[in-house]
Amino acid sequence: MDPKQKALAEQFQARIDADEKIEPKDWMPDAYRKTLIRQISQHAHSEVVGMLPEGNWVTRAPSLRRKVALLAKIQDEAGHGLYLYGAAETLGIDREELLEELHTGKAKYSSIFNYPSLSWADMGAIGWLVDGAAIMNQVMLTRTSYGPYARAMVRICKEESFHQRQGYEILLTLCRGTEAQKQMAQDSLNRWWWPSLMMFGPSDEASTHTQQSMDWRIKRKTNDELRQQFVDATVPQADFLGLTVPDPDLKWNEARGHYDFGEIDWAEFWNVVKGNGPCNRQRMQARIKAHEEGAWVREAAMAYAEKRQKRQEERKAAVA
Amino acid sequence: MTNKKNWPLWEVFIRSKNGLSHKHAGSLHAADAEMAIENARDVYTRRSEGVSIWVVESRYITASSPNQAESLFDPADDKVYRHPTFYNLPDEVKHI
Ligand SMILES: [Fe+2]
Ligand SMILES: [Fe+2]
Repeated sequence: MDPKQKALAEQFQARIDADEKIEPKDWMPDAYRKTLIRQISQHAHSEVVGMLPEGNWVTRAPSLRRKVALLAKIQDEAGHGLYLYGAAETLGIDREELLEELHTGKAKYSSIFNYPSLSWADMGAIGWLVDGAAIMNQVMLTRTSYGPYARAMVRICKEESFHQRQGYEILLTLCRGTEAQKQMAQDSLNRWWWPSLMMFGPSDEASTHTQQSMDWRIKRKTNDELRQQFVDATVPQADFLGLTVPDPDLKWNEARGHYDFGEIDWAEFWNVVKGNGPCNRQRMQARIKAHEEGAWVREAAMAYAEKRQKRQEERKAAVA
Repeated sequence: MTNKKNWPLWEVFIRSKNGLSHKHAGSLHAADAEMAIENARDVYTRRSEGVSIWVVESRYITASSPNQAESLFDPADDKVYRHPTFYNLPDEVKHI
């Protein structure tokens, strides 16, 4: 590294260490920029793809109250995608490139959305567990070192808590219902529990990015810390529902002051990351189809705007 | 795929209630100003966060450069006499 670059890099790290925020036009190491683009775009894609498993149940929501809540939640997720794409774009990549990377499989999104939503109870489990896990991560990210990312997270966190509450309320209602309804809730927890724990990513020993991201204060807690925090918060909620968490090794550890829990099936995790989950292909097909079928709308709107602008200029010229 | 031109980027400013200034909320893409306002409503005011929206195409914003932040702002750093605490008055003097 030449001395000038080295000095800049040192200054940059000193700003991070002093807990200063980095803003779009500030100098930053290339690797910091790249890491952020990867992480923020992956996050944005997750919000967008995450609408698909829930969209599956909008028309079959059991009441109007449930339906408006689910629709509002899904609309929020679209908004979250937009805030995050906006934050990524401040780093000098454009929207079209970001979508291209998603559609070609170059960019990842959270693997949780490659699992199918098979019953109405899944709308409960997704809100409670999937949004719950996302919240743990996102609350941490409100303090991330990149300003636009942190600001997007503050907005997102304000909106998320209704998502988790509406999910938990769905399960609470089912658990207070008939035996069959309670069974449906249990079955849903059985299917979503482990994939939700996987949302925090590989274990700290296996995670290649964690240390650098911690040094740059992009992340402020490790995957395993967040996962533990999630388990500790969620198990008492499952107890309250009267549901059993599908983990025979789960038990309170008085000495640690935390729950101990069983080993995640990492083979399954990597298999889904690599594209072989139950719904990977379906999700991407749905995304690409929506994008392609919307192309004429985007083009027509642009053509209309240009035509109007031209006419306005002609009118101005005529007056002058 | 005739027109490959993408919607431009807009910056959105929201007044959360009368009596307060508009504040930068974020950005979005839209074909024109009207659509930018409508999109801003859907993206940034879904929970009544605003009573007024400004949008401006991002390319029209001129920003000061962070590299020159020091020379731009340091003239203010040594002017303590611009602050009320610079002036010594006895405690007996009230309401000042
Ligand atoms: Fe979200
Ligand atoms: Fe959410």
